[in-house]
Amino acid sequence: MSAPAFNNKIIKWIDERIPLFTVLEHSTSSYPTPKNLNYWWNFGSLALFALVIMIMTGIVLAMNYTGHTSMAFDSVERIMRDVNYGWLLRYLHMNGASFFFICVYVHIFRGLYYGSYKAPREILWWLGLLIYLAMMATAFMGYVLPWGQMSFWGATVITNLFSAVPVVGNFIVTWLWGGFAVDNPTLNRFFSLHYLLPFVIFALVFLHLVALHTSKSSNPLGIEPKGPQDTIPFHPYYTIKDLYGVGVFLLVFMGFVFYAPNFFGEPDNYIPANPMVTPPHIVPEWYYLPFYAILRAIPDKLGGVIAMFGAILVLFALPWLDSSKVKSGRFRPVFKWFFWLFLADCFLLGWIGGKPAEGNYIPIGQAATFWYFFHLLVVLPLLGRLEKPLALPASISAPVLKEKA
Amino acid sequence: MLRSVITSAALALALGASPALASGGAHLDKQAWSWDGVFGSYDKAQLKRGYQVFHDVCSNCHGLKLVAYRNLKEIGLSEEEAKAVAAERETKDGPNDEGDMFNRPGKLSDRYISPFANDQAARVANNGALPPDLSLMTKARVGGPDYVYSLLMGFADAPEGFKLGDGMNYNKVFPGNQIAMAPQISDDLVTYADGTKATADQLTKDVVSFLNWAAEPELEVRKSMGLKTMIFLLVLTALFYALKRKIWKDVH
Amino acid sequence: MAHSTTAAPSGSSQGESRRDFLLIATSAVGAVGTALAVWPFVHSMNPAADTLALSTTEVDLSKVAEGMAITVTWQGKPVFVRHRTADEIKMAEEAPLSDLREPTPDKDRVQKPEWLILVGICTHLGCIPMGQKASDPRGDFGGWFCPCHGSHYDTSGRIRKGPAPLNLVVPKYTFLTDSQIRIG
Repeated sequence: MSAPAFNNKIIKWIDERIPLFTVLEHSTSSYPTPKNLNYWWNFGSLALFALVIMIMTGIVLAMNYTGHTSMAFDSVERIMRDVNYGWLLRYLHMNGASFFFICVYVHIFRGLYYGSYKAPREILWWLGLLIYLAMMATAFMGYVLPWGQMSFWGATVITNLFSAVPVVGNFIVTWLWGGFAVDNPTLNRFFSLHYLLPFVIFALVFLHLVALHTSKSSNPLGIEPKGPQDTIPFHPYYTIKDLYGVGVFLLVFMGFVFYAPNFFGEPDNYIPANPMVTPPHIVPEWYYLPFYAILRAIPDKLGGVIAMFGAILVLFALPWLDSSKVKSGRFRPVFKWFFWLFLADCFLLGWIGGKPAEGNYIPIGQAATFWYFFHLLVVLPLLGRLEKPLALPASISAPVLKEKA
Repeated sequence: MLRSVITSAALALALGASPALASGGAHLDKQAWSWDGVFGSYDKAQLKRGYQVFHDVCSNCHGLKLVAYRNLKEIGLSEEEAKAVAAERETKDGPNDEGDMFNRPGKLSDRYISPFANDQAARVANNGALPPDLSLMTKARVGGPDYVYSLLMGFADAPEGFKLGDGMNYNKVFPGNQIAMAPQISDDLVTYADGTKATADQLTKDVVSFLNWAAEPELEVRKSMGLKTMIFLLVLTALFYALKRKIWKDVH
Repeated sequence: MAHSTTAAPSGSSQGESRRDFLLIATSAVGAVGTALAVWPFVHSMNPAADTLALSTTEVDLSKVAEGMAITVTWQGKPVFVRHRTADEIKMAEEAPLSDLREPTPDKDRVQKPEWLILVGICTHLGCIPMGQKASDPRGDFGGWFCPCHGSHYDTSGRIRKGPAPLNLVVPKYTFLTDSQIRIG
């Protein structure tokens, strides 16, 4: 890496001692990016933008929140009513969680379609999955903090998952609670961890970016850039494209914050937690619903928990399960159809997760769960061997050049 | 419609009274609220009327503990009126210089003092049932204000064969169809100072509007700020798009 | 790894100036938006509505005998209420203004000479001066003495000696009756 020449004397002086500006220049300005990225590639930067919003609003909310079972609910309502712009900050944080997940889900499925997890990007993919896991933990603990009915019963149900562990299950659950039920010690540790984990996520995002800038961005064609003619510098091309994405994202996000702030929420969470009464129909937040459906599809406590965690862990093996040498779904005529089927299956699981576990919902959920694993464990390994991919273009610039000629 | 209500009620009972199903199946009487939509806002006169209903009727059993007396000035009560309301009930304070706790009348800075000292006292006074705090009622139920409206207007005679519990009342939308609260709303329940005719429908709409304000006092500021934000973002996004087009013009 | 370079897109000078204008306009609007977005975050740290609502305190003076003092809380701060003796009033009124660091006559600091109401926070670095209890040191001028850095205040709460730059602050207060005041 050659150091760029800086004209400013102070910047030059600092950069010779610690190459902050060189690193910044290489990673945000001159970083050679494939020139054919489509708008699905915007969602990574959008997720980072959402993370920054979450951390900023979270810090000021924590200044006014009280982590005690007898005061948590009222302290959140005090934020909504008395703290200057408290309602705005709280609604930004509440809806921000959903929008963070929306961005990350689009980002993940973009990776699935274009085979972005394949060599040499396996570690990049792993780091992304770790971010996703940390997000799930953070969001879960954050949802407990307002100490409404859904907070309390969500915490109870999710922590009870660990009681499925043979022999030591109950010890683990008691340890998680710091007592014999979800109570003040639980709330306090969740608050502590909810504040800590976003910074862990931030560190993971940093590593994700280091890995990205080492293996370089993938692209819709799934072939690596052959030379300078295939890339453009990140700045100004992708900075402005990402900013345009941020503008559109904010329009949708703010629409919900200002006009439907409780769209993603549950009315029950505006009822203070009551350890004596379980709400009749408890559901997790929407972003957990597919996994919740998998949990309930298995008619065995331990089996359900294993299936649920397995559904995420199996994704770590994806770079090896998918045996195709071709990355992009664009050149895989059969895979393409299975991809959309898999996406539909995930939506189906999400829908089932929000329904009560009764009647026809049970077999549908089981079938959808079966397909989730069947796709990842059987379809993908076989497809790579059986499918005949389309011919790949010679280079990123080639199709364009051909059109011109 | 009535049949579907009854069917779902029967189904709910058959399933061991699953309230989510019952309320999900019950038909809510959807109203046009002044604060609906992007440009919606509260009707101040209606909020004040609704407060009168809450104060004269609801507040005898229900609390409103997240709303402070000072907030009542926002819906048109004068400083003196708000102070007078605050002083109607006493709250515990102290210790004084002698080390004793004492009762004092409420102040503007206090939050609405609940009618009962605690949940147990509320149950004893209400035949074992607990009248819920109403501060967030319109946010805490599926259907929101429409649910509260339908519930208040939903009292009826129990259909034949419906087994009503002791001291319970039949209600078309309440989960399980029996509610401990007796019907409260009737024509001319209160006399409005502004001369509005106090029909049952009017009373209910007014008090639900007041309760919605109590649950979402920030609504008007939120919507007006939202409009400005959206217009600003439209301009900014259009500029980003134009600049993006310009910068990318030469990339092939 | 090779640092790839790409030729800057060539455009006509007219196109360049339009891009410059767009860039400036977009940056300006973006900067304004960012500045506006920061305000809710900053303002959320200012006192909230319920904090502001607690901004007055009422004090019953009937139990404070001559020569005694009480400390009450107002906006989370201690307020000194001293029932001054005739001697103390005399000392405060007769102190020559030329001796004072912040020259203010005693009559401008009290509404009724026997009642001295002060925010009990040293104007140096915010400690609470001593002198409220009979057993406390009251400094060289019979008022208050701040133990942190040795500031001496007189019987009107004015700074006479030590590092503090200003007199103890007199809060806004009104006499509701002869024996009751409201601070704030």
